[in-house]
Amino acid sequence: MTAISVDFASAPVLPKWLVPVLLLAVAYGVVPLIGSSYLFEAILLPFLALSLAGVGLNILTGYAGQVSLGSAAFMAAGAFAAYNFNLRVEGLPLIGSIFLAGIVAAAIGIVFGLPSLRLKGFYLAVSTLAAQFFVQWALTKFSWFSNNSASGVIDAPRLSISGFALDGAIGRYLFALTVVTVLTFLAHRLVSSQTGRNFIAIRDNETAARIIGIPVLKTKLLAFAISSFIIGVAGVIWAFAYLRTVEPDGFDLDRSFQILFIIIIGGLASIRGAFFGAALIVVFPLALSRLGVFLLGDLFDSGVLDMSQRIVLGALIILFLILEPDGLVALWDRVRRRLLFAWQST
Amino acid sequence: MPLPSYTLGVMEASAYAPEVFARGLPSSPRLRQQSEDTGEPINSVAGVASPLLSLQGIGLSFGGVVALADIDLSVLSGEIRAIIGPNGAGKSSLINVISGVYRPDRGHVRLDGISYAQVPTQRLAHLGVARTFQNLALFKGLSVLDNVASGLAYKVRSNFAGQVLGIGRSRGEQRDSRSRAEQILEFLDLSSVRDHLAGTLPYGLQKRVELARALVAEPRLLLLDEPMAGMTAGEKSEMAAFVRAARDRFATTVVLIEHDVGVVMGLSDRIAVLDYGRKIADATPDEVRNDQRVIDAYLGVASDNEDGAGI
Ligand SMILES: Nc1ncnc2c1ncn2[C@@H]1O[C@H](COP(=O)(O)OP(=O)(O)OP(=O)(O)O)[C@@H](O)[C@H]1O
Ligand SMILES: [Mg+2]
Repeated sequence: MTAISVDFASAPVLPKWLVPVLLLAVAYGVVPLIGSSYLFEAILLPFLALSLAGVGLNILTGYAGQVSLGSAAFMAAGAFAAYNFNLRVEGLPLIGSIFLAGIVAAAIGIVFGLPSLRLKGFYLAVSTLAAQFFVQWALTKFSWFSNNSASGVIDAPRLSISGFALDGAIGRYLFALTVVTVLTFLAHRLVSSQTGRNFIAIRDNETAARIIGIPVLKTKLLAFAISSFIIGVAGVIWAFAYLRTVEPDGFDLDRSFQILFIIIIGGLASIRGAFFGAALIVVFPLALSRLGVFLLGDLFDSGVLDMSQRIVLGALIILFLILEPDGLVALWDRVRRRLLFAWQST
Repeated sequence: MPLPSYTLGVMEASAYAPEVFARGLPSSPRLRQQSEDTGEPINSVAGVASPLLSLQGIGLSFGGVVALADIDLSVLSGEIRAIIGPNGAGKSSLINVISGVYRPDRGHVRLDGISYAQVPTQRLAHLGVARTFQNLALFKGLSVLDNVASGLAYKVRSNFAGQVLGIGRSRGEQRDSRSRAEQILEFLDLSSVRDHLAGTLPYGLQKRVELARALVAEPRLLLLDEPMAGMTAGEKSEMAAFVRAARDRFATTVVLIEHDVGVVMGLSDRIAVLDYGRKIADATPDEVRNDQRVIDAYLGVASDNEDGAGI
């Protein structure tokens, strides 16, 4: 009946699931065979944990439009909760500890999301700082959380699933990969569901959303809960699979900003964006230090590295905000379209 | 509403919409006809028309600015009720009061027999009221189809877990809202842009998508704040035809704010005229056209009324 005009009739359309499935096939089938332990320990494990945290924050900030600077607090809550569930609940399987840790993080997320019912933008961001400082303070102050360990730094339990040990680099990688894959898939389903559309509606026009009957308050708190759940689980992966220690120090404000930068650089309101951003954030300092040592030799010590990292990263974020506000994802899609187009016209 | 008759209606409306409009144009005040031919005044109970919406003594000010002063207004079921007036007259404030966005300092809004000091915005959709905004209020990051489907969000009862896992009533709801949104898109001739992001459409189309989002819930009362602002003459008459067709198709009562007096005259049954927050006239188009106070109010701001449509 209606004539449908197709804008990109010429561009070949790949099925949407193809790229993720290929990537997963490589991640499960190829990487464990050829990866060095450096690749797992220094690159892939932090990449997976930060990607998942980015996915979580993107649901809250990218989709629902609520800015948060408390991500690291929710990671910490997840990590310590999982540690304590594992320690104190006899016979609870690892997956159970992780799930409950997510629930604890979600509950804390709801509490610190309450200000969002009244506050917006900058003011909300400042109020989420309260979560950041409170959680870190509580974890340091009450040694019960770290099982009264003198240093406050505790060893994470060894990963195992139904008696099958996963504490080698590859085992931890596969474990992290699986958790990240499952949660990312669910997050993808969520953002294309009615609830996900409600998130976007509230972000784009809260008054209109309220007028058409979207339960604005409930939906905002739901965004905080789901986002914090995912970030909490990312915290577990960070502590259990990557660092193998649980300590409050790693979950400071810097980490919160890092996750915010990940979604800004990668692309707001994009699940893929979190992975792009995390890849850049993880690989960038390593590449920078190699380049620095190559160019400057011994002059390039860790102090110089740290400083140059901050400067270059800051510049990068400003550049992205100005030139490509939709992030690496948008850049990538443009390049890919060009390539496909060029390939077609040959 | 059974689907076949609906589909028929859609075809009728979109095929003959311009003609519907043309018939409407040569000022045919429906209300007067109705009272003359003693046929059936809409929604009459024992000869007395009961208003779907009535405002009683509404007063609203912002600091020292009086936006609305002692406004009474009644809207009968099924009519197209225009509100006109110069810039800053308080028209949008009035719609904001009716939809609960503003709480009036004085007075009550009576909707379907229930009186409110402030209409509960969150329940507006359940009450059968939908509105559009003077400044576009679409969800820019959603496709046209999703924007329109979101107009049915108030009915959703499945929770996020069901939606993520695709179980329970979520699938049926999703199917239902999509198909209803698609029907409305077709009705408003928007099917060809259904997958575009709303924010990327030209202004006139965005206005129409906003109408679609409001209409998809088949509201009993539709509040339109300048749905034709900034449109070309052609787009305006198209939009006017859609408003009329929507009223006829869904038996919706319409409150319409519009600056183009030519459009208003052809489209509306009754017109209320606001000036500096006061209602200075409330009558049929013909009577308003010849009302001295209305002429004065408009002449006073002649430069604002560039649309030229002379009263
Ligand atoms: N939220 C607000 N805060 C302060 N003043 C307001 C607010 N809303 C409306 N006003 C004031 O109330 C008066 C009426 O405004 P309103 O927007 O209702 O006029 P209008 O008739 O819709 O005008 P226009 O034709 O320009 O849309 C104006 O003086 C306006 O400045
Ligand atoms: Mg206005």
